[in-house]
Amino acid sequence: AGSGAGGSPEASGGTGGTGWRRPHGPLQRYYGPSAAEAAEVAPDPTDINGPHFDPEVFMNKVRSECPLGQLLAREAALGREIRALDSDMQTLLYENYNKFISATDTIRKMKVDFRHMEAEMDDLAANMAAISASSARVSAALQDRHRRGAQLAGVQALLRKLQALLEVPGRLRRWAGTEPAWALRCYGRARAVLRHYRHLPSFRAIEDESHAIMADLAQRLRTRLREEKLDPKELTECVEMLLQLEEPPEELSEEFLSQAGTRLEAELAALETELPVPDPSGAATTPPPASDILDFVDRGSSAFVGTLCQLAGSYRSLFGEDTGRLEPFAAALATRYFALLERRLALERGLGDTSLLVRALDRFHRRLRALLELLPAGATAAAELVARAARERVDRYLRALQTFFLGCLGDVRQALAAPRPPGKEGPGLPDLLATLSASVLGQLKAVLAYVQLFTARDVAFASLPYFKGEFCVTAVREGLVVAFVRWLCRTARGFTDGPAEKGAPAAPPALLLLLARLCLDYENSTISYILTLTDEQFPPQDSGPPVTPGPALCAEARAAAQRLLDHYVQVQGAAVAQMLRKSVETRDWLGTVEPRNVRAVMKRVVEDITAIDVQVGQLFEEGVRRAQSSDSSRRAFSVYSSSRAPGRYAPSYTPSAPMDTHLLSNIQKLFSERIDIFSPVEFNKVSVLTGIIKISLKTLLECVRLRTLGRFGLQQVQVDGHYLQLYLWRFASDERVVQGLLDEVAASAAHRCLDPVPMEHSVVELICERG
Amino acid sequence: MWEPMGDGKKIISLADNNILLWDLQESSTKAVLSSSAALEGKGQLKFTSGRWSPHHNCTQIATANDTTVRGWDTRSMRQIYCIENAHGQLVRDLDFNPNKQYYLASCGDDCKVKFWDTRNVTEPVKTLEEHSHWVWNVRYNHSHDQLILTGSSDSRVILSNMVSISSEPFGHMVDDDELSDPEDQHQEEKIKEPLQDSVIATYEEHEDSVYAVEWSSADPWLFASLSYDGRLVINRVPRALKYHILL
Repeated sequence: AGSGAGGSPEASGGTGGTGWRRPHGPLQRYYGPSAAEAAEVAPDPTDINGPHFDPEVFMNKVRSECPLGQLLAREAALGREIRALDSDMQTLLYENYNKFISATDTIRKMKVDFRHMEAEMDDLAANMAAISASSARVSAALQDRHRRGAQLAGVQALLRKLQALLEVPGRLRRWAGTEPAWALRCYGRARAVLRHYRHLPSFRAIEDESHAIMADLAQRLRTRLREEKLDPKELTECVEMLLQLEEPPEELSEEFLSQAGTRLEAELAALETELPVPDPSGAATTPPPASDILDFVDRGSSAFVGTLCQLAGSYRSLFGEDTGRLEPFAAALATRYFALLERRLALERGLGDTSLLVRALDRFHRRLRALLELLPAGATAAAELVARAARERVDRYLRALQTFFLGCLGDVRQALAAPRPPGKEGPGLPDLLATLSASVLGQLKAVLAYVQLFTARDVAFASLPYFKGEFCVTAVREGLVVAFVRWLCRTARGFTDGPAEKGAPAAPPALLLLLARLCLDYENSTISYILTLTDEQFPPQDSGPPVTPGPALCAEARAAAQRLLDHYVQVQGAAVAQMLRKSVETRDWLGTVEPRNVRAVMKRVVEDITAIDVQVGQLFEEGVRRAQSSDSSRRAFSVYSSSRAPGRYAPSYTPSAPMDTHLLSNIQKLFSERIDIFSPVEFNKVSVLTGIIKISLKTLLECVRLRTLGRFGLQQVQVDGHYLQLYLWRFASDERVVQGLLDEVAASAAHRCLDPVPMEHSVVELICERG
Repeated sequence: MWEPMGDGKKIISLADNNILLWDLQESSTKAVLSSSAALEGKGQLKFTSGRWSPHHNCTQIATANDTTVRGWDTRSMRQIYCIENAHGQLVRDLDFNPNKQYYLASCGDDCKVKFWDTRNVTEPVKTLEEHSHWVWNVRYNHSHDQLILTGSSDSRVILSNMVSISSEPFGHMVDDDELSDPEDQHQEEKIKEPLQDSVIATYEEHEDSVYAVEWSSADPWLFASLSYDGRLVINRVPRALKYHILL
């Protein structure tokens, strides 16, 4: 029993020896140490707490290791521990005994209680048996009366029924006039019984009588059905009653349909009166309809469609699912209704209010849904109606856009042609262009906004597959936007053909320039902007019909712009050329005097070309010009020098061999590029002006070649040429072009001259500077 | 202008705004004025060119002044038809189709060549815009009138094939009797579709404006052109086309 002297081996000493560990130690040992712990601890004979404790070994060890004081202390500690353990043990024992004793007491008490309960249970069983016996006696006593009571009740019910039956004819007669529904109900209930008891004469009598009354009622109902005008509810009731009276349903359905038919026709006729009668002689204008389209649709929907739905519904409920007769009937009426609606739509002239139209169509479509359930074939017709109306409206918008554009063009032309009060600048071309372009774009956007109403989210028919797909692509994108752009290009191009040749007043050149710039702008930016806008608002579908790609439209716009610009160059060039031609043809070149100054017409030409330069510069950018050489304006005419003195040549040729003038000029021509006069023009100012100058100078050349000149005529040509060269070189993209043409003029003049003696170059310059 | 057929007795000359018809008497060297016509109108009207029509027994001539082309009857010296605004600017030259009656070609300063049917002068039958400056001359080939030559001051000579308005739009037609092989018939059917009008060739040998072009009267496949720098160029119709037309 040497337990837990310090727990751990001697090194920790006797100090306290960890008081909390002591209870655990013995309990653990009692309950068996855990396997782990057993394995951990090596069998140590000196371990007081270990299982292999050997006192002899322990004592020896301790005696040998520890000093006396420690031994004493240890001994005291051990004693203390032993005493503590003893007291613990005693406490435990005492508690154990206590518990045993209380348990025994409890069991004894329980036994006593159980004995009581058994006695009471026996009493209870006896009572129950007594009660059941007495209740059986009571019910046996009352049995008899019970049976008789039930019998009497049965008899009374029967009597009541018989009385009801007897009263049936009376009741029927009373109600047949006023409340046929009750009569029917009553009769229905009585009929089965009557039929069953037909063999009894009294019943037979009743049955016959009621039968007669009901037949009479049926007759009356039928006449009523046939002759009177009933509203749908009454009609339904009537037919229902007749059905209950076992009338043949086919006849009834026909009657029903015919009655319904007359009523619906009446409503359709009422709608038709709303439409003004088209003038049989085909006059262009019919008077506008009295009410707007929303009212019309409202009335139509609520009156006609509502009635039709009601009737169809009641037909179905009355005659079951057999719709053989109903469908064609309804289909015919529905077609007429659609036709009326189309006529009304056709009367919607002008672009009044698209939102109104959309609402009207929306209402029409919504109200039609109920109808379409029973008439699925009508769905396509209705959808087509709506689609047609939408397309028609889009076409109208396109036409309106076209007229608007033409109106804008008219305004521009007027602005260009208006006489300007002195001192005030006319409207600049860029301003006009900006207004034109902005207003067209604004109008297009407005139109697109209107058309978008058709595909708005809250509109019922926008979910039709037509609207989602084909409408967006075919009608709006292709039919409206693309068509408008194409038409614009075509109209712009139309200014270049036709009128100028037939002699009608041609478009003013400023207009041509404006349109060219407009088309170019369209090609650069506007077309892509418009197409993106359209695609945003009306998203195309991937598998839809093919779409005109943006680049194709841009190419068309560019082609139109090119054409317009070429035409402008031609027109302006022709104007200047005409002046030059007249000046050459009307002058007497043989007998003219020595030139003192430049001819007025040349100055005029330079002024005109400057004005054109300013005009074009307003709309187009400068363009690239070839760099000029240093002595650009002072070049001497080498042709003259060679014709004057065959011995003096241009520095590039060897001066030794005498060469023919013609050969020399031809060789020179080989090295200069051939000039294309009417070549297509690029979109910048310099290119345009070069084209105009080329045309004018070529005309001058050809005209000079047709005349014969005297000496002074030649000198005059020389002076004019020099003057032109002084002033025109800065307008051209390549000054060599101007130079070359003027050289040709001079050469041809020299060939045509009777006495080619050119003026001194310094004198020429003097005259030009003076003039 | 000499009368194309007949015995060379009649000449027409144009002077300012008068047409003068001269009759050369047989033996004498004198010319007698037989009739004349004058052009009435404002301003200074001047005839720029004229041509004798080879059809109708040589009784028609056509003249051009400014932008109008007029046709005259030489027997009465009265105007028959008038094509207003034939070209945007001056009309430079005219020529009649030697094989087809009523067909006339004109060229002008708007760089276009137009073909007219004189029975319907409101619109040209065809317009060619191949040149880039004034067209000075237009000539039909004397025997094959689908070949047309034009010379212009952009230094080019253009030979065009105007098949659709020529007298043989479907190529050479052969009578069925003359064919013996079915092979030949098959070939004939192949060329029955109308050929397309096209520019056959552009001759750019000249360095300066071309002022005159003419077909040779000896060989229908030869033509000459003259330019300002004194160069005369003689050319042939390409052989492939020549055989195509002949066969």
